[in-house]
Amino acid sequence: MRFAVSLLAIIAIASIIGTVLKQNEPYNNYLNQFGQFWFPLFEIFGLYSVYGSGWFLLLLAFLVISTSACLIRQTPGILREMRGFREHAQEISLRQFGLHIELDYRGTREALTPVLAAYLREHGYRFRSNLRSGATLFAAKSGSWHRTGYWLAHGAIVTICLGGLADGNLPLKLRLLLGDKVVTQGNQAISAIPESARLGPDNPSFRGNLFIPEGQSQSLAVLNVRDGILLQELPFAVSLKRFVIDHYATGAPKRFASEILLTDRATGQSFERVVEVNHPVTYRGITLYQASFDDGGTRLNLVVQPLGKMTDTPRGAADTLVGVVGESGRHGDYTIEFTGFRALNVEPLDSEPTQTKPLRERFAERFAGSGRNADQRRMANVGPSFSYKLRDTSGQAKEFNNYMFPVSIQGRWWLLTGVRENPNEPFRYLRLPLDADGRIDTFVAMRTRLLDPGQHRSIAQTFARRSLPSGTTSETVQTRLADTAQRTLQLFAEQGFDSVGRFIEANVPSAEREQAAEVFVKLLEGCAWQALIDAHAALGRPAPTTEADTAAFLRATLTAMSDSLHYPAPFWLQLSGYDEVKASVLQATRSPGMTPVFLGCALLTVGVLIMLYGRERRLFLLVQDGGKLLVAMSAHRKSLALAAEFREHSQGIARLANSGFDGSGPTRAADV
Amino acid sequence: MDIADTPINPDSRSRLASPGRWAYALVLAFGTIVTLVRYGEHMDGFELAILVGTTLTLAALGWHWLASAALTLVSGALALLAIDLYRGDLARAEQVFALKYLLASQSAIGWMSMLFLMATAAYWIGLLARSPFASAVGRGLTWAASALGTAGLLARWHESYLIAPDYGHIPISNLYEVFVLFCLITALLHLYYEGRYPSRNLGAFTLLVISAAVGFLMWYALERGAHEIQPLIPALQSYWMKIHVPANFVGYGAFALAAMVAVALLLAGRGVLAPRLPSVQVLDELMYRAIAIGFAFFTLATILGALWAAEAWGTYWQWDPKETWALIVWLNYAAWLHLRLTRGLRGSVLAWWALGGLLVTSFAFLGVNMFLSGLHSYGSL
Repeated sequence: MRFAVSLLAIIAIASIIGTVLKQNEPYNNYLNQFGQFWFPLFEIFGLYSVYGSGWFLLLLAFLVISTSACLIRQTPGILREMRGFREHAQEISLRQFGLHIELDYRGTREALTPVLAAYLREHGYRFRSNLRSGATLFAAKSGSWHRTGYWLAHGAIVTICLGGLADGNLPLKLRLLLGDKVVTQGNQAISAIPESARLGPDNPSFRGNLFIPEGQSQSLAVLNVRDGILLQELPFAVSLKRFVIDHYATGAPKRFASEILLTDRATGQSFERVVEVNHPVTYRGITLYQASFDDGGTRLNLVVQPLGKMTDTPRGAADTLVGVVGESGRHGDYTIEFTGFRALNVEPLDSEPTQTKPLRERFAERFAGSGRNADQRRMANVGPSFSYKLRDTSGQAKEFNNYMFPVSIQGRWWLLTGVRENPNEPFRYLRLPLDADGRIDTFVAMRTRLLDPGQHRSIAQTFARRSLPSGTTSETVQTRLADTAQRTLQLFAEQGFDSVGRFIEANVPSAEREQAAEVFVKLLEGCAWQALIDAHAALGRPAPTTEADTAAFLRATLTAMSDSLHYPAPFWLQLSGYDEVKASVLQATRSPGMTPVFLGCALLTVGVLIMLYGRERRLFLLVQDGGKLLVAMSAHRKSLALAAEFREHSQGIARLANSGFDGSGPTRAADV
Repeated sequence: MDIADTPINPDSRSRLASPGRWAYALVLAFGTIVTLVRYGEHMDGFELAILVGTTLTLAALGWHWLASAALTLVSGALALLAIDLYRGDLARAEQVFALKYLLASQSAIGWMSMLFLMATAAYWIGLLARSPFASAVGRGLTWAASALGTAGLLARWHESYLIAPDYGHIPISNLYEVFVLFCLITALLHLYYEGRYPSRNLGAFTLLVISAAVGFLMWYALERGAHEIQPLIPALQSYWMKIHVPANFVGYGAFALAAMVAVALLLAGRGVLAPRLPSVQVLDELMYRAIAIGFAFFTLATILGALWAAEAWGTYWQWDPKETWALIVWLNYAAWLHLRLTRGLRGSVLAWWALGGLLVTSFAFLGVNMFLSGLHSYGSL
């Protein structure tokens, strides 16, 4: 017992290691975390997969053996206890019981004994009477079957551990150890995976993943073993007809389900099934669970829109591109890795979260009324988005996340393209304004004009002519305005408002800076207006009107243009259409230990309840000639309830002993 | 042995109230039949089994412990009143006086919290001022808090369906909701043992742990807005949740109670407050009783969890941090029971152990959610 308990303690400690250290991560993560020195050391001790490590299984095995040994050792004693009545107990030992009392009785011993026997029977005691010289001993007991609780509980632990051991798949571990099977790397074609890393359908116990895109079929499960994989052949093929995700109104997922077709590889028979979270499907002893989902290679129709500095931008009409999620493409010098697609993005409508109110108000609000706040943020689906990595010739990659549809922010519609350099950062979004027709074209056309140094002169001149028509002022003033406007456009084309600001700081005394800035903004807006007129003409649209909204659009365009100069790529990809293909990740397991484990669990529950609440009692009544009656009581487990029971029995028996045996029978003193 | 320390309250064994018991059973049966007639077509086999099982459990509990019947009836009546006042419109929580200030779930849970804090204060006054009256007030407040808390959870259940039919679920699905459950179960276990054992003034200790839970609950709602009803993620949409979670919390509640009894035992053993506390034997027995019932339920809960895991995740056990810590808690109390039952150990060693057990239990309950990530990340902080 002591051995088993200390083993349990060690297992508890091992479990703590397993919790503190994240298990079954890619080995590179551990290498980064612990460095060259500790990494191999920890690997030897199996700390990256504590629960599958040899020493942990050995501990479990020891636990099974010692608990079994304990069971075997204790069994004869328990059997003796269950069978025996101890009818040969001596008076002297009875007097040493913690609970004993000596009563007087009237009448003869022979008259009292049947009454006592009836009393014992009535209270559920079985007994043996033992006649000795001048005395009769009733050795009674009840509930000795409760001792079975010990077998059930401890036998259950052995059963559960054996079941667990069966699922630990020792034969496979042995084959891996002997080199008969070798794990391989996951990043290779299935056909290239050697026979030594494949397991046949006869493998008794496994747990692996099937990645199935919609419309495709799979009959191999991937088992993650240590730092590599093994392939498990299944006796059937699973083809995914459709993967379904339902959502709540909040956008939170409500249901994941895979509509699959199972085809038995031996008989060729097919069955339609639906695998859902919490609703697995079992076929031929293998159970399929909905584990996860992914993109299965969605086709993205893309428009390449120039952005960033004009100097690196290829001119001409926008290119189009077709990308497939999970694959890569090229554009110019860049490799594009298409990493993901989401058909649905539910975002809060109000961009600002509700302000923090004082504690008292929050209390009055949150602890009154229903479990739903009136000020709950409204959510809406803003449509599809996709992400890609752009890798330049030096191998540097940046990650982008673009929305397909425009988003309304502060009363205006924008297209959003997000970028981040590091996967731990959130995306920073560049907002591109849409024109009154809801199109991006005006912005693109204006941008190619305003940021192209070759067009600055003509824009500036047209702007100057319109601002100061010939005849009202001299040619020189007009030329000076055109020059200033051109300089401003050149400045702006470098780094947007940043370079304009730096120019002002460097050249204008601080008292006049604000005024100068206003002038520069006026100039830029004037040029932008000119660019807008040109853009409309080029796009074949009617000339723009001077509405308030046009002014707002010009400002938004200038801001977006200024920001776009910091965009770390010469183009962004606009999603114009898609053909979504989802993929489902199913988990396939064969678990022969499941039945013994659950049997063990049932035994354990019953056993624990019996052990904790079983009431085994022994009652000894020694009727001695001369009117003396010794009552003694004991139990397998001491408790306060036992003392109370003893008191009730001794009172009940005392009443009988003094009643003169009128045959009325014992009174019902207590229900035990 | 001191005969005055009768562990069994004679009243609780009396058969005098049998008509009351039968009447209670009839009320339960009536309620179940009404539920079956009105909602039976929407329930599957498991839900029917859980409904009938709940009825039988409540009947058995009421038969054995009559006071629990009163609690069921009062909180059930309050919840029915709330449902009636709602008339299918959640907005009425803000419009109807009785809902806004008493019966809507957050109002009722707010009342529960306040009443538990007041009960703690009353028990402490009773202990320090040797005032049986104050202790009686503490007991009354604890009952009232339990009734309102239960009614609040039931109202919350209804409210979740009012938000949207597909939102509806039993309110034991996140950390906020199970904290309310924890308060209620611990309070009920305390009230049960208080009625059965001469456990004068023990409430001062057991209510401390409930107050701590109430403190957490308030912080969680006020700072994190955790009181909002959220829809169920697919992994939690299972009938197993209805039995796995409550079973677990009977375990947690009982272990917390045992630790508080252990504090009293350690104090009484050193003579501190000894004349005002139950005898060391009674405390020892109480501690054992609490751990025994906690262990039985925790075993059951872990097994139910394994059954559910097999259905949802594909394996009955995969050493997820919550599972691992459940095992550690289980092993801890298994060792405690071995020491007491086979070694016959008693007294302060086991009391310290039970107190340490509370740390282990709290880590399994809260720490795992705070510091570790895993499959059970439903109530992350």
